[in-house]
Amino acid sequence: MTVNTRVLEWTESDLGVAGTLREVVRAPAPVLSTVGDTVDPTSPDVVRLAADLVATMRVSPGCVGLAAPQVGVGAKVFCVDVSAHPKTRDHHGTFVLCNAEVVSGSRNEKAREGCMSVPDFTGDVKRPSRIVVRGQLPGTGEDVELEAEAFEARALQHEIDHCDGLLFLDRAAGAHAVYARKTYL
Amino acid sequence: MGQVTLHAITVLGHDRPGIIAETTGKLAGLGLNLEDSTMTLLRGHFAMMLVCEGDAADSEIESALAPLTADGSLTVTVREVPTEETQAAEGTSWILSVHGGDRPGIVSAVVGVVAGVGGNITDLTTRLAGDLYLLVAEVDLPPAADVAAVERELASVAAELGVGVSLRAAETDEL
Ligand SMILES: [Zn+2]
Repeated sequence: MTVNTRVLEWTESDLGVAGTLREVVRAPAPVLSTVGDTVDPTSPDVVRLAADLVATMRVSPGCVGLAAPQVGVGAKVFCVDVSAHPKTRDHHGTFVLCNAEVVSGSRNEKAREGCMSVPDFTGDVKRPSRIVVRGQLPGTGEDVELEAEAFEARALQHEIDHCDGLLFLDRAAGAHAVYARKTYL
Repeated sequence: MGQVTLHAITVLGHDRPGIIAETTGKLAGLGLNLEDSTMTLLRGHFAMMLVCEGDAADSEIESALAPLTADGSLTVTVREVPTEETQAAEGTSWILSVHGGDRPGIVSAVVGVVAGVGGNITDLTTRLAGDLYLLVAEVDLPPAADVAAVERELASVAAELGVGVSLRAAETDEL
């Protein structure tokens, strides 16, 4: 796997604005089940949103990603940072993508997912463990394409799903693959 | 808010299309709210359990569901149940799987090990296909449990039965 150094070097300070904390919404909030709007990654609103997402992710314990619909904004913007997670292999540090999509994926793996917006359930979801994702960086709006694997690949797909109005519940691996949450972070 | 009344309902018997639609239709007609439910086929038999909330009396629910049982192919039970407090489990979560040649006592021997350390099973499926017997369970072990010792005891019980056993952590990726 090749790490995209442009994405790796990106940090939220590139945005030039300080993020403010937003409240994380929970299902069944309709915004979580609505396809997010495509955004202009250079617009000041999107830059502010990107900074808010990173700031909110930072203060949420164990949080490795946050998508705009989770703070009540129906837009295709999300942040990810899996660098501190024990399951992470290669990664791209902290970054925000706008209008991202999965270009290709391979090597399906099943894992149990949890989500801050669905605090009472976990669920088994099968997803490719190696993917190529394309999107734009907020601020400059430059197009980037990156390869991701393992935990970062799962986190990216989970957040891109949020931007498409999908929760892990929509991808449950079977009728008995959703579980009542037993332990709380 | 008034007092919440819960009813536990089971529907068992010969499978055919439409049982769930008819059952839930009757319950909706009584203004009952479906809360948790599970349904599967057990050796081809329809098996559903559900808990619903609402003011109807058990006897009223029984009469509403009577058409389902009229031809003798299904059995329905209705019973009012108390509200259970769901306690936040401490401890750790595991997935236990056992498979091997069918023989009497596999389930009781294996889950006996879990019970012996104060473990709690929160979900369980067993299947028999030909001679292959399969058990998959979600297990909570208390914080004090010695997981390595549980694994050793499971392995020893499984060896006696001639089946394979595995205990894997039910890890959740927090995303
Ligand atoms: Zn999520």
